[in-house]
Amino acid sequence: MCATCGCSETDQIAVTDLKTGDQRMMLHDEAHAHGHSHTHDDKHSHEHHSHAAAESGTAVAAARTHSRTIELEKEILGKNQLIAERNRGWLSGRGILALNLVSSPGSGKTTLLEQTILALKDEFEIGVIEGDQETIHDAERIRATGCKAVQINTGTGCHLEADMLERGLKSLDPAPKSILFIENVGNLVCPALFDLGERAKVTILSVTEGEDKPLKYPHMFRASNLMILNKIDLLPYVKFDAGRCIEYAREVNPNIEVLQASATTGEGMNNWYDWLRNSRSK
Amino acid sequence: MHELGITRSVVAICAENSGGAAVKRVTLEIGNLSAIMPDAVRFCFEICAAGTVVEGAELEILETKGRGLCRDCGEEIALSALFGRCVCGSSDLKIIAGEELKVKELEV
Repeated sequence: MCATCGCSETDQIAVTDLKTGDQRMMLHDEAHAHGHSHTHDDKHSHEHHSHAAAESGTAVAAARTHSRTIELEKEILGKNQLIAERNRGWLSGRGILALNLVSSPGSGKTTLLEQTILALKDEFEIGVIEGDQETIHDAERIRATGCKAVQINTGTGCHLEADMLERGLKSLDPAPKSILFIENVGNLVCPALFDLGERAKVTILSVTEGEDKPLKYPHMFRASNLMILNKIDLLPYVKFDAGRCIEYAREVNPNIEVLQASATTGEGMNNWYDWLRNSRSK
Repeated sequence: MHELGITRSVVAICAENSGGAAVKRVTLEIGNLSAIMPDAVRFCFEICAAGTVVEGAELEILETKGRGLCRDCGEEIALSALFGRCVCGSSDLKIIAGEELKVKELEV
């Protein structure tokens, strides 16, 4: 045992950079900068070896004598990101346009989807993956339009994650060149953090909500390529300043595209269909 | 409470990388524009760590402050939210710090 710091001379310490996969075995002397001289024939090595005990002599520090630090620099959402990229590759290889639809509960996502499918089903093959905490109501509504749909129930989970989409894709088996709508769990917070592998996020905001939602939930509006202002047929009856709402959205995300529509009356829906045709041909 | 899922991922990352050794300290880097509340992660940590090699580990969180780079004039500004306005009036900002969400290191 090393008398100065108490480390075992036979320890093998590897410092692994998980980003590059490089593994470095460190020599004992390299790790000890405190200059006591002794040699170790077996090349045990360690980085950031704690010398707290030698410095302070406290019990807590002594317990740390054999500590070593593993540098990770690992993204907490890295695993999700990896699966999302795999999904993206899978979808892009099949020429599928996948859109992640996000909103608060009750913004009219499912109605918008029903109308979109009815309007475009002769033009494109369309598939839908529905995310909700509970029930298969939404998938049933989509299936009633004649479109393929899969429901993912997240239980207590408040958003879809990439591995859930991966399972959904296996089950749905969307056709090559089709459009895939992923209806995320109604929630303007968490779905912004979890990439699923979609081409773009589309936020649906209805005029019965607060016009300042882009400022209150900036992550979602920042992560989206398009905002659809839905239920505009109700504008005469509610206190909602559409112009101001769009200004807020652009403040958070200067590049966000904005469309105004009513899925119930059909007003403005053609612009959305054109947006889809355009994205589909890209 | 997406912090619960985030904290579970933290514990899983630690367990995968500790080589089976008990983890004494975990250092995270959480940016203040990341939509993750450090206090909520602290709250969940003990619960998620129970019964794993991370049980009993000290949790250290380095909080990174938000910074934006103005795409119009190149000025760097401090950001306390995900959006803001540069002194030149532009809101076209590239976030250059504050979105970190990392396990920086483990002490085993």
